[in-house]
Amino acid sequence: MMGAQETRMDLNAQAVNARAAAWLERQERGALSPEDQSEFDAWLEESFAHQTAYWRLAEAWNRADRLRVLATAEDAATEAASRWTRGLRIAAVLGIAAVIGAGALRYLQVTRTETYTTPIGAREFLTLADGSQITLNTDTSLRITADQRKVWLDKGEAYFQIKHDARHPFVVMIGERRVTDLGTSFFIRRDYGRIEVALLQGAARFGSKDESRKSESLLLKPGDEVTATADSMSVSRKAVEDLADALGWRHGVLVFKHTTLAAAAAEFNRYNRERLVVDDSETAKLTISGTFPANDLNPFTEVVQSVFRLRVARTGNEVVLSRR
Amino acid sequence: MKNFRGEPIPENPAPLVESHVGVRFSPSNGTLGRGMADTTETDRGNRREAGVSAPGLRDWFVREVLPLESALMQFLRRSSQSRAEADDLRQEVYMRVCEVARREIPDPARPFVFAVARNLLIDRARREKIVSIEAVADLGALDIVADEPEPDRAVIARQELRRLQAALDRLPNRCRQAVTLRKIEGLSYREIANRMGIAEDTVSKHLREGMSVLADALHSEPREERERS
Repeated sequence: MMGAQETRMDLNAQAVNARAAAWLERQERGALSPEDQSEFDAWLEESFAHQTAYWRLAEAWNRADRLRVLATAEDAATEAASRWTRGLRIAAVLGIAAVIGAGALRYLQVTRTETYTTPIGAREFLTLADGSQITLNTDTSLRITADQRKVWLDKGEAYFQIKHDARHPFVVMIGERRVTDLGTSFFIRRDYGRIEVALLQGAARFGSKDESRKSESLLLKPGDEVTATADSMSVSRKAVEDLADALGWRHGVLVFKHTTLAAAAAEFNRYNRERLVVDDSETAKLTISGTFPANDLNPFTEVVQSVFRLRVARTGNEVVLSRR
Repeated sequence: MKNFRGEPIPENPAPLVESHVGVRFSPSNGTLGRGMADTTETDRGNRREAGVSAPGLRDWFVREVLPLESALMQFLRRSSQSRAEADDLRQEVYMRVCEVARREIPDPARPFVFAVARNLLIDRARREKIVSIEAVADLGALDIVADEPEPDRAVIARQELRRLQAALDRLPNRCRQAVTLRKIEGLSYREIANRMGIAEDTVSKHLREGMSVLADALHSEPREERERS
């Protein structure tokens, strides 16, 4: 470490920096193997030039974490607080009335079905005989017919990746609505009388439970997201990537993009028994972006506490966010 | 005038300062103290060898020295022919600083770091036997920089976002995309590779470049001492 001054001046800072960046990036990618770790330690030990170059890069890279939340904090300050959360950016309201269809496809309902449920905070992956996959999100219940071509989503949210079979279309029933797969990945969420259907790949038909009313159904393309209640229906078009973010739950994370704290809290509350409560309307309107573990409130509350300078108070089963 | 800890800085600092590590330097009259190389050699025998732990040194470096980089680089760039040369000088300053600090942390850091920079430039001028008028003039400028009060840390923190965003904007397109997917969206390497249609090793390459640019933007770029209103 204490080489002669003249030779040390020959240490090319650019080369040292490149080496330091290579080490930092390898750590970013994953834990170093024991061999790599000792090689890294030895490299650091060689010179303060190596150490300081590495420290300097690591410090900047860590601090860059702030980008994701602070960028949103600034947005929140400058942009109107009139944003709506996922599923409510309505492009067109079609207003298709749902009429209860009698008798259609009843023969399927007499086949033996199996019920799958997940408790709060859990997920379940189902693979059907033909390789199609269904992922159940938190607090979800669905039934599948014995022939595995029809599903009732009774509660919660599920993601469907379906092997298309033109002769035996795959059908998901959600209350008074149905989604018929035409070669598809899509997800459906059923929540307090509201249904959201989002299509990521392929095509699907969304319409009334009553198959005779096919003319009123809607052909979905990738990026389409339908929000339907008992007597209304709207469709918005989004980037498929944005829709995919809403599937973060399949990896146990929630992905927020300019999401209000109120909406974020509602999302967390789907996954946790501990309730996240936003105390005042000003706080509720703040927006946040970022990726957070679904089953742990702490990373989220730490971020909002430091970024928005909120007070986080724990009382019993509740975590309350409020202005200081 | 106050320093970063809120302690008053005297209007006319003493011309000759004895630092805690026995390195003499003079912030205002240009008197050359003992060179750092001499000091480290002679002091080694009578000091605790393991004075500062490695994590302690790193903490100090990150907390006290890195925030000076912006001011230091302004000065080193004026004394250099090229960006690469300024980077080499910075590296050398950091090495010398750490060689002293590992035995005992210099406190305060600011005058010490700038004294090291000054000595380094003088060493270089001697070795090259070229002393340009600019170099001499800049030694004076260095004294002024060294005596400046620390900018408010809260201000630095608020500027940081702007600096980071500016740095992000400056990255080449694909590199920026990779950094954004990693840092802002928190995707895995595989997900980034899939999303961008590139190999994971190419993701690595983009991130390495991003790391360097972000570090320069965050540490080296001239800092607005006052916040824009």
